Amino acid sequence: MATTTQPQAGTKPATSLTNEEILRYSRHLIMPEVGMEGQLKLKNAKVLLIGTGGLGAPLGLYLAAAGVGRLGLVDFDVVDFTNLQRQVTFGTSDVGKPKSEAARERLSNLNPNIQIEALETKLTGENALNLFKDFDIIVDGTDNFPTRYLVNDACILLGKPNVYGSIFRFEGQATVFGMPEGPCYRCLYPEPPPPGLVPSCAEGGVLGVLPGIVGSIQAMETIKLILGAGENLVGRLLLFDALAMKFRELKLRKNPNCPMCGEHRTINKLIDYYEFCGVRGEEAPGPDVQVPEISPRELKSRLDRGDDLFILDVREPHEFQICNLKGHLIPLGELPRRVRELDSSREIVAHCRSGKRSAEAVDFLRKAGFRKILNLKGGILAWSDEVDPSVPKY
Amino acid sequence: MSVKVMIPTPLRVYAGKRDSAEFSAATVGEALSGLTNQFAELRKHLYTEDGKLRAFVNVYLNDEDIRYLAKESTPTKDGDTISIIPSIAGGSSETAD
Repeated sequence: MATTTQPQAGTKPATSLTNEEILRYSRHLIMPEVGMEGQLKLKNAKVLLIGTGGLGAPLGLYLAAAGVGRLGLVDFDVVDFTNLQRQVTFGTSDVGKPKSEAARERLSNLNPNIQIEALETKLTGENALNLFKDFDIIVDGTDNFPTRYLVNDACILLGKPNVYGSIFRFEGQATVFGMPEGPCYRCLYPEPPPPGLVPSCAEGGVLGVLPGIVGSIQAMETIKLILGAGENLVGRLLLFDALAMKFRELKLRKNPNCPMCGEHRTINKLIDYYEFCGVRGEEAPGPDVQVPEISPRELKSRLDRGDDLFILDVREPHEFQICNLKGHLIPLGELPRRVRELDSSREIVAHCRSGKRSAEAVDFLRKAGFRKILNLKGGILAWSDEVDPSVPKY
Repeated sequence: MSVKVMIPTPLRVYAGKRDSAEFSAATVGEALSGLTNQFAELRKHLYTEDGKLRAFVNVYLNDEDIRYLAKESTPTKDGDTISIIPSIAGGSSETAD
């Protein structure tokens, strides 16, 4: 499904700017590095943004403002309250709207001279090549490994540059993949990390400004590719540590044996990237291990009845401060060495935010010999939904 | 010879929240051994069960990927910096479990 903002770009490349455009882009036009020639290159450029979230926000805003003539916005997600801390394209009134459409509205208000397509769809191996083929540059602002590999492979198959950025808490990476002389994502990381070894649980989160900085770097690289100006990040991985406020740079080499961009390509079509990354979809990642559970309502009635239950909270201390069920706090990572704090003769109910970390904790404790231990199904989120709405969700 | 190992954000939780550590080491492998000896929890995140560096963890000596040098036997000299660069995928929605 796509909605498009007029004006429709014709098939012929633009050769002039209107007076309104000349005024709008005057700070570009008076720079010799851009000038009329560069501004027309921007106007004739077609850039596809994969993801309109944290990285996509500055990308969309700056590329639209700069006058990139055609922007595609791929996102199947809906704006929620937790996005507003960093996804600055969206306002509070956008909560509940599809992201691609909300971003299209915002960007077309910013620059009505450009064509913007809201592509409210999930990028898959089936639709990627078809979506990418009409664009010159693909910008990867996604948040998961399967889509990263998918974007990489589709760009290599079509010979299109892939402006890459990624973030974690207060650290970011950026580079440009997919140029004929440069490496691809698979040269850097031949394989994705297996699920479970990726630090994601308690270490999740991102400082809101960070995607603003990394996404702005991607926007700058995209504009430089369009203009053919300066030195781009091909063959260089830019690392940014926001806490130390340091930029570093590593050399990225093209792997001659790369299965995707090497001399002897062995991957000739798009594959199932969820299978490749060992994950099935992203929604509701249920517990990886099956353990005995208790529902929030059942726990509530047992507590009300006065049953002797020991509540074990395996979240991090900073999460405990947000809200808690007055449990005994032992973060999952500390459980092995603090297991003596627990009495295996008492009945224990473990919980975390969503039930995933605590399932691991229950699994670990069962293997350690604990028999009377249950996982709170759905964690503190389900507790808030089903028992006590005064407990905030985060 | 003192070599500095930079610990990336996603792995700091397994390294006493440190962002770097210094070791006396003649090769990249020795420095990484020093690191995993000091922080045992890091080992499974860096190495497979049969002791190979994991494919999604890249190790750099200064700004060069050790895969294009002599891998873990790459010699180090005083003042070198080793960086561990794991793949990170974040971009828009970061949620805790």
